Amino acid sequence: MGKIASSRTKNSSGIMDWFNHRLPVTQFYKDHLSEYYAPKNFNFWYFFGSLALLVLVNQIVTGIWLTMHYKPDAAQAFGMVEYIMRDVPWGWLIRYLHTTGASAFFVVIYLHMFRGLLYGSYKKPRELIWVFGMIIYVALMAEAFMGYVLPWGNMSYWGAKVITQLFAAVPWVGDALVEWVRGDYLISDATLNRFFALHVVALPLVILILVVLHLAALHTVGSNNPEGVDIKKHKDENGVPKDGIPFHPYYTVKDIFGVGMFLLIFLFIVFVKPDMGGLFLEHDNYVPADPSSTPDHIKPVWYFTPFYAMLRAVPDMQMGALIMALAIVVLFFLPWLDRSPVKSIRYRRWPYKIMLSLFAITFVVLGWLGMQAGSELQKLMAQILTGFYFFYFVWLFFYSRNETYHEVPERIEK
Amino acid sequence: MMKKLILTVLCLMLASVASAAGGAYIGEPANTNIKSQSSLQKGAKTYMNYCLGCHSMEFQRYNRVAEDLGLTEDEMMSSLVLTDAKFADKMTHTMTKEQGEQWFGKAPPDLTVIAKARGVDWLYNFLINFYVDPSRPSGWNNLTFPNASMPHVLWELQGIREAKFETHTDEAGEKHTEFVGFETIEAGQLSEQAYKDLVRDLVNFLDYSAEPAQLIRMSYAPWVLLFVALFTFLAYLLKVNYFRDVH
Repeated sequence: MGKIASSRTKNSSGIMDWFNHRLPVTQFYKDHLSEYYAPKNFNFWYFFGSLALLVLVNQIVTGIWLTMHYKPDAAQAFGMVEYIMRDVPWGWLIRYLHTTGASAFFVVIYLHMFRGLLYGSYKKPRELIWVFGMIIYVALMAEAFMGYVLPWGNMSYWGAKVITQLFAAVPWVGDALVEWVRGDYLISDATLNRFFALHVVALPLVILILVVLHLAALHTVGSNNPEGVDIKKHKDENGVPKDGIPFHPYYTVKDIFGVGMFLLIFLFIVFVKPDMGGLFLEHDNYVPADPSSTPDHIKPVWYFTPFYAMLRAVPDMQMGALIMALAIVVLFFLPWLDRSPVKSIRYRRWPYKIMLSLFAITFVVLGWLGMQAGSELQKLMAQILTGFYFFYFVWLFFYSRNETYHEVPERIEK
Repeated sequence: MMKKLILTVLCLMLASVASAAGGAYIGEPANTNIKSQSSLQKGAKTYMNYCLGCHSMEFQRYNRVAEDLGLTEDEMMSSLVLTDAKFADKMTHTMTKEQGEQWFGKAPPDLTVIAKARGVDWLYNFLINFYVDPSRPSGWNNLTFPNASMPHVLWELQGIREAKFETHTDEAGEKHTEFVGFETIEAGQLSEQAYKDLVRDLVNFLDYSAEPAQLIRMSYAPWVLLFVALFTFLAYLLKVNYFRDVH
């Protein structure tokens, strides 16, 4: 009996050896899981990275199954969605997982980004992680926008029209660019086809590659933490950070708990309120695309509305588009705009705490304003808040230069 | 601070959902009950008799309706399907879009998912708020959807009514027209309550048809969530146990 067991162990290690001589499987597992040391003090805000990965996988898997039953044809697309909802077994579940997943992706990503702001995760040496993350965010916006066009509802159609029209703001080549993006003089079957290609092939590939780079950069420098201290400064005799714990099993187990909490909310929406009262699936998109009937109130889905509010706040379309683009571009430069050596908000003084809170509130209120029809008062509010959005970065640049702060501890106290 | 922030976000989301309605005249809620099979059956019958001639349900199949509403093939085919359609056919009609445009000015829309687009309250109020208006091509107007091109198809049931409006001039000198009530000119076959119940059942059927899967979806919800809650609880215990040796 013992002989068999030992020969089996030998055999299995033989298989691993065989692989390891050809591909560093064990080394990879150690580098990224069992011997990747993460700070021991991750809190609530550190769930959203792994959750983003979960939602990405959800989108890809449900997306593949949706693709099996969908035809990107302007005459059929609207009906294909209803076909999936009625005639495809479990089609309704696959579609709701995908539509709710789209909104969940942005919820998770916005919280993930805000975590970065709270604890200064974008700062040296993690600038590149932030930049890769920002490119993922932009790619995700393109992915979500094109996915939104595929059901070919009336809001898909008019949303696509308004958003592609923004390219007209580019000097000299604007109009030609709009035509090039649409593949036609107006939003048509050609547009739907190319958006389908970009949504199901091009952009998912781009996002996957960027996620690999995002994680590779993260695992090169190591994770930040709520204290913002560098755990690599204090290592034991084996070179293991004293305040670090192996990602596996500690954070894999903790993240499974996070996944459970997330799924409780996510699946509640999927099974009980998939439309979210028109927030995740808009009422006007249950009317088939009709070029001759403009919806009363054209607006994008909630995750774009902060930027949409900025676009509408500026009377001139060209300027508005520029402001909107700048609002995203400025985020790329955050690692260099914030010049304070202190990472975590815990050790920064009240001016920073107040300004970051105001910045977060500004973003949320702009999102709300972007959903409204837009009275004069709302327009004024949007203008003031757009101004504050940019003022925050200018303020941060000057304030952080000579910022005073509380003393940052050497190690993570518990 | 963060908890407050999250709360603020949620409140704003709710506020925007609430304000998304509005505009159209909604006098009373529809109070439909998607779980009532008899209501859905009555609604389906009204739809087949009065609506399907002009409004197709091109994504909905007869056999699916029968299955979800607890009807046998015989019951469905003998009492609800008035055309020569087959049991597995989609609920279409023979009127073309061009004919619809010619006859009504605007082709009657397909109503498969209308309840998702308009909401049950809007549909209910639309169907109970018709009144005669000689200035309209069809001779009818609607309080909830002013200047709708659809005539009052159910007039024999509800009767003929006139709407009374009063015009006020406010301090700024602007005129406001206000609806004050209906006046019955000719009584219908049904009492007011019976008519409203008929419309309620019809709107209930439209709500069902907009998403037949909602009946299954809602029935799974408690079990799915119970499973995930149990899973999360166990995952929490596991996490606590692992972190016991982290100091």
